[in-house]
Amino acid sequence: MQTLTTPQSTDLIQPTSNFLEIDQVSKIYPSTQGDNIVLDGIDLTVSEGEFVCVIGHSGCGKSTLLNMVSGFAQPTSGEVRLKGERIVRPGPDRMVVFQNYALLPWKTAFENVYIAVNAVFTEKSKSEKVEIVQKHLAMVGLEEAAQKKPGQLSGGMKQRVSIARALSICPEVLVLDEPFGALDAITREELQEELLKIWADQRVTVMMITHDIDEALFLADRIVMMTNGPAAKIGEIMEVHFPHPRNRIQMMEDPAYYTLRNRALDFLFGRFALHTEE
Amino acid sequence: MTIQTAAGVPSSFLSNVSIYLQKHARKLVAPVIGFTVALFVWQVFSTITKALPGPIEVVQQTWDPFIISPFFKEGDDKGLGWQALASLQRVAIGYTLAAVVGIAVGVLIGAIPIAYEAVDPMFQILRTVPPLAWLPIALAIFKDSGPAGIFIIFVTAIWPIIYNTAVGVQQMPQDYKNVAKVLRLSGGEYFFSILLPSIVPYMFTGLKLGIGLAWLAIVAAEMLRGDTGIGFFIWNSYNSGSLSEVILALFYIGVIGFLLDKLIGYFASFVSTDK
Repeated sequence: MQTLTTPQSTDLIQPTSNFLEIDQVSKIYPSTQGDNIVLDGIDLTVSEGEFVCVIGHSGCGKSTLLNMVSGFAQPTSGEVRLKGERIVRPGPDRMVVFQNYALLPWKTAFENVYIAVNAVFTEKSKSEKVEIVQKHLAMVGLEEAAQKKPGQLSGGMKQRVSIARALSICPEVLVLDEPFGALDAITREELQEELLKIWADQRVTVMMITHDIDEALFLADRIVMMTNGPAAKIGEIMEVHFPHPRNRIQMMEDPAYYTLRNRALDFLFGRFALHTEE
Repeated sequence: MTIQTAAGVPSSFLSNVSIYLQKHARKLVAPVIGFTVALFVWQVFSTITKALPGPIEVVQQTWDPFIISPFFKEGDDKGLGWQALASLQRVAIGYTLAAVVGIAVGVLIGAIPIAYEAVDPMFQILRTVPPLAWLPIALAIFKDSGPAGIFIIFVTAIWPIIYNTAVGVQQMPQDYKNVAKVLRLSGGEYFFSILLPSIVPYMFTGLKLGIGLAWLAIVAAEMLRGDTGIGFFIWNSYNSGSLSEVILALFYIGVIGFLLDKLIGYFASFVSTDK
C-alpha cells in the first residue's frame, strides 16, 4: 500500500483522504470569568495509513484534540469523523497508547494484552486469542517477559506492553499521547524505531502527540504544529518526505532534514515561543 | 569451630539459633522486660489496694481447670477454649455478613457520588454508636440473644469496611477507567478484572479495622444475655465473684484479637502480591 499525503493547504478534499476528519472543531470550557476557548476551528484530514504527529507547547490543547479523536472528549462545535461516522465515545477502533502506560498492575504483561483481545474478538476461540497475544508480545520483543507484572518491568518495557495491547486489537487509528515522554533517550530511540517498523508492517493510521521535534521528524509523514493556547489553531502543517523504511543516520545526514527541523524550531521557538518564566 | 553437645543436637543448628538470638536479641528481650515490669507494677498495685487479684493469684486460682485444660466440659461449666470458639463462631457469622454487605455498599456509594452524599451524614452518625448501645435495639428486633449478638457484631464492624471500600473506588486511577472505556469492557468484566482488584488494598484496610471492631463488640454482644461465649464467661465470673477468671478471659480476648488482626493482615499480603 502506498502512503497518501495531503498537500499543505488543508481545505482541499481528496476522495480517498477522508479517513479521519477533524471538521471545524472547537472546544470551549465555560467558566464564570468568561469562556475558556481551548481549540478554535481545527480542520485536519488524515488519510488511511498515514502517520501524523501533533506538536506544540504545553497547554496548546493537543491532548484535547487527541481526546476528541479517541472519544474521551466531545467538541463544543464541529465534529470528528472516522470513515464518515461521527465519533461520540471511546472505542477499540481508536485504541490509545497512554502516556503513563495505563497497565493493570495486578495482571501480567500477557494478561494485560489478553484483556483487550478478549474484549474485542469475542467470537474467536481461546487458543486463537492466546495466539494473537503471543504474536503481538513477540512483535515488541517481550516473549520473555510475558509472565511478568508491570511492577517488574522497566518503563520502556511497560510502554512496549501498552503498544502490544493497542495493536493486538487491530485498531483503525492508533492514538498515542506522548508515549515516549517518560523514557530515557536510548530507550526512546529504540521504541521509535520499533513503532515505525510495526507501522510499516501493519499500515495502521497513527495520530501521535509529541514534544520532541526529532521524534516527529523521524516518525511522521506530516507534522501538525499548533499555535499557543488559549484558542489554539493549527499553525502549520509540515510534510516530511523521507521515504520508508527510514534510517535515522541517513536522515540526519540529509540537509533537507535540517531545513525541516529549522522550520519547526522557528515555529515553536521563534514565532510561537512561549513568553513565560519557565 | 565445632561445639560439643551432650544431647546430640547438631552443632550447626545450635549455632544458627545463637546467631538468630544475637541478631534479634533486642526484639526479644525488650518485650520480655516490658511484660515483667507490667506484671510487677500490677502485683504491687494489687498488694497495696487489694482491689484486684495480682498476677500470681490469678494464675493460682485459675490454674485448674481454666489454664491447664481449656477444653474441659462439666455440665454448664466449660473451658475457655470452648467459650472462645463460641465467640469466634459468632464473630465469624457477623463479620462475614458485614464484609459482604459492607463491600457491596462501599462499591455502590463509591461509584455513585449522589448515593455517597445521600448516606454519608447518616453513616457518620451511626458509626459512632458504641456496640453496647445497640444491644437493646438488637434484642427488640430479634427477641433472641443469638441473632442479636450477631447483629451487634455486624453493625459494629461494617462501617470501616463500607468507607474504605468506597474510598478505594473513588481513588481508582482514571487510567484504568479509560482502558475499560476504550475497550468497551462489559460490566461484569469491568467489575472483576479492573474494579475489584484495584480496590483490594483499600478493602483489606477496612476488613482489618472491621475484624478489630467485631472482636471488640463480642463482649458487649454476649454480656447481658446468652449462655456461651467469652463475654458471657466474663459476666458470669464477675457475678460469681471470681475476678481471676475475668482477668484470664481478658488475656484470652487480647491474644485472640491480636491473632485475628494478624490473620487478616496475612490474607491481605497474600492477595495483593502485585506490588
